[in-house]
Amino acid sequence: MREILENSLDACEVHRVPPDIYIRLTEVEAASENGASIYTMRVEDNGSGLPSEQIPHSFCQVFYGSKYTLKQARGTFGLGGTITILYGQITTHKPVTITSSTGGDIHEYEMMIDIEHNRPIILRHNVLDNKKGWRGTVLELQLEGDYSRIKSRLLDYLKQTAMVNPYADITFVDPGGRLFRFERGTEMMPPLPQPVDPHPHGIDVENFRRLVTITNSKNMKNFMMDHFQGVGVKTAANFLEAAGINPRAKPRTLKPEDIVKLVRTAKEYPNFKRPDPTCLSPIGEELLENGIRKELGLTEDDFLKVVTRKPSTYLGFPFIVEVAIATGSSIRRQFKGGTTIIRFANRIPLLFDESSGVIWKVVNRNIHWDTYKVTSDTPMIVVVHVCSTKIPYKTVGKEYMADQPEVEREITNAIRTAARSLRLYISRGVRLARERHRLDIFAKFLPKIAEFAAKLSDREELPDIAPLLAAVSQTIPEVEKKLKEVPDIGGQSS
Amino acid sequence: MADKVLKEAERQREANEASLSQLGSLIYEQIQNREFPWIMMQSRSADNILFDQDLRQFILGDRTTRRHSRNVRNIRPFTQFLWTAWFARELIRLRKTSTLREVYYSARGQRDIEFKGQDESDYTITDLEVALNRPREAFNIYPKDRGAIFGDLTIEYTFPPAYEGQTKNLTDNPDGAPIGRSLASSKFLETPADKVIVIEKDAMFSRFVEENVHEKFNALLVQTEGIPSRSARMVIRRLNQDLGLPVYIFTDGDPWGLHIAMVIISGSAVAAHLRGLTTPDAKWIGVWGSDVQKYKLPTENLTEQDLKRLKEIKADPRYDDELWQREIDIFLKMGKKAELEAFSAHGLTYIVDEYLPAKLESL
Repeated sequence: MREILENSLDACEVHRVPPDIYIRLTEVEAASENGASIYTMRVEDNGSGLPSEQIPHSFCQVFYGSKYTLKQARGTFGLGGTITILYGQITTHKPVTITSSTGGDIHEYEMMIDIEHNRPIILRHNVLDNKKGWRGTVLELQLEGDYSRIKSRLLDYLKQTAMVNPYADITFVDPGGRLFRFERGTEMMPPLPQPVDPHPHGIDVENFRRLVTITNSKNMKNFMMDHFQGVGVKTAANFLEAAGINPRAKPRTLKPEDIVKLVRTAKEYPNFKRPDPTCLSPIGEELLENGIRKELGLTEDDFLKVVTRKPSTYLGFPFIVEVAIATGSSIRRQFKGGTTIIRFANRIPLLFDESSGVIWKVVNRNIHWDTYKVTSDTPMIVVVHVCSTKIPYKTVGKEYMADQPEVEREITNAIRTAARSLRLYISRGVRLARERHRLDIFAKFLPKIAEFAAKLSDREELPDIAPLLAAVSQTIPEVEKKLKEVPDIGGQSS
Repeated sequence: MADKVLKEAERQREANEASLSQLGSLIYEQIQNREFPWIMMQSRSADNILFDQDLRQFILGDRTTRRHSRNVRNIRPFTQFLWTAWFARELIRLRKTSTLREVYYSARGQRDIEFKGQDESDYTITDLEVALNRPREAFNIYPKDRGAIFGDLTIEYTFPPAYEGQTKNLTDNPDGAPIGRSLASSKFLETPADKVIVIEKDAMFSRFVEENVHEKFNALLVQTEGIPSRSARMVIRRLNQDLGLPVYIFTDGDPWGLHIAMVIISGSAVAAHLRGLTTPDAKWIGVWGSDVQKYKLPTENLTEQDLKRLKEIKADPRYDDELWQREIDIFLKMGKKAELEAFSAHGLTYIVDEYLPAKLESL
């Protein structure tokens, strides 16, 4: 379901429509002995839709589509969705129904995957009139699972997805018929990432080989200039010389060992330009703030600081780190005291193995929270988003990131920047708390002093303590006002 | 006679109560004047405690201190102070007394007033004494009873109400009459005795009673059970001042015994704000350092602590007197000390038969 939802979000973004996504899980067969039930899953989006001829391959062929250029994407389009369909088919033996339109006719396919030959089997194809000019895709399939077991994680996932996609409207109806609505907080969408050629530092042998097989370049010098970013005439010549490859050699004549040599040299070669970050799409401070505010239900009194760092690179891959820190009474209500980390990679929530990843390491080891007046009881949310053409995942599970020194440094710096504002907020808060505490104390004791003074002097009427209490509370409104201005100090904006 | 006594006690009570109401009025008016309530009192810090040569006791100097309610730290103690004043007034009005410990527990019943410990409530009561310039006994607040008196003295109770006007002779109880609040506030009517002998230990006090010291020497006997309570000091003073009886003090022959005698004579630094607790004319008559040598008493060595304390005492203005200085020097030189019981080495009654007559004779 994750993969399908991510595909839908991608489809809407390409189409530049604020996504409306509707997801419904219905139980078709109650739990068997192993606790798993069969569910029908329906996902509707208002995205670009797919042309009729692309539908079968897009959804029912593994590794469909070829990517020779790079840009930031949630999943790898075509793979995740297909895997979900494959999973549904393996567990239930039921076909998948895809209905899609790019604005013209509506095409409805009922298909299965021919696993042996990796191709779609079309069972039914209807063409329907599209009088209302509907655009989007509806996918419906059956799969096996245990909703009660994954419920809380699924809802976390949706909530966090809504947090980093504040322009999306997500509705989820669970098997019990309960509706969860994640309303959009803004119509504004982040700019689309631009596809760029790979940077030579980041190319691997397999992708290099694929480029060689499809290239039209006549010689290696042109090949380098045509397929890699930031490589001009001079750089191409110098690099090929360093790799010991004849610039006039035809790419197709390269031997496997030549390719390995080229890739190795490319990794080390110091004179390439820095990777181009235009292929990245950070959420941006404004959108991220909107998403976090709405999903965490922050009020004016809570603190939130979002920091988007400038692009940086590791091993030839550009990346951007975004960080948000939130604290306040709303956070305490929901999360109690202590720090909660929420992690995203390319706008996908990371839900598992938190303590193995680099973000956990930064938050718990690199940052000395005392410096920022944060105690173990301070209720705090730390949101970290890393976007990159290649997220440095540690494992194939894609649940946590390895500690690449450059990435680690950027995350650390981003958190420090946000934490500096936090420190100001906390010290003002401490002052306000102190003022309130002061008032509480006076409000507690002054009436008693009045009472005993009256009793001692045999007077019926109590002396008026209101002017004294007013004098004590004088400073409070001033501190409160200061508290609402989120301090901005030394923050970096992209 | 009885009427006059009661009238005087009643007048005192009213004066004490009035001082508390006036405190209430003062604070009431401060609040009405939009002022955070405060009171001024003499400072009790060490540098404001001076020895007055004329009074022969410690007094408070001119420095004053303010107890106020203007900040978070002070408002709670100030409230407690005022509560204590109110509590004292209720005691007077209801003709009840309370021990220091009872004051502490009474506050426990009051939300936000409760003291963290008895130290705190005792300190607050001392504040009240200083602020109103009256001993806590004036507010019917007493420490735990300690000490006893025995001898032919007739007293008339003024308190508690049920005993008002009753008289009693203090030879009635051979264990001695405990010096409690009733005895301390009673009127001393008459005695044939011509002296008061104060003993720091109840064992020796019992020996004196057993040996009829009160008859043989025509004396009233007081035992203090160590450092005398304020009530005991007040009783000794009254025997001396009101009845004109000379007071003789027997203590152990060690720095602590010297201190006990001096508290009776000149009071203590912590009571520098109070008058009427000292008996400057009382005489310390033993056990002296010279007695140890003269009577060949069995001794113990002075400990480190004893030596330190002796040196402190030697420099203390209260001991600035020929007799004290001489005896302190002898103790220091001997490096020995002797308890009252040491006389038992010469026989149980030796102290009464030989030592006491000789001592009184020599004065």
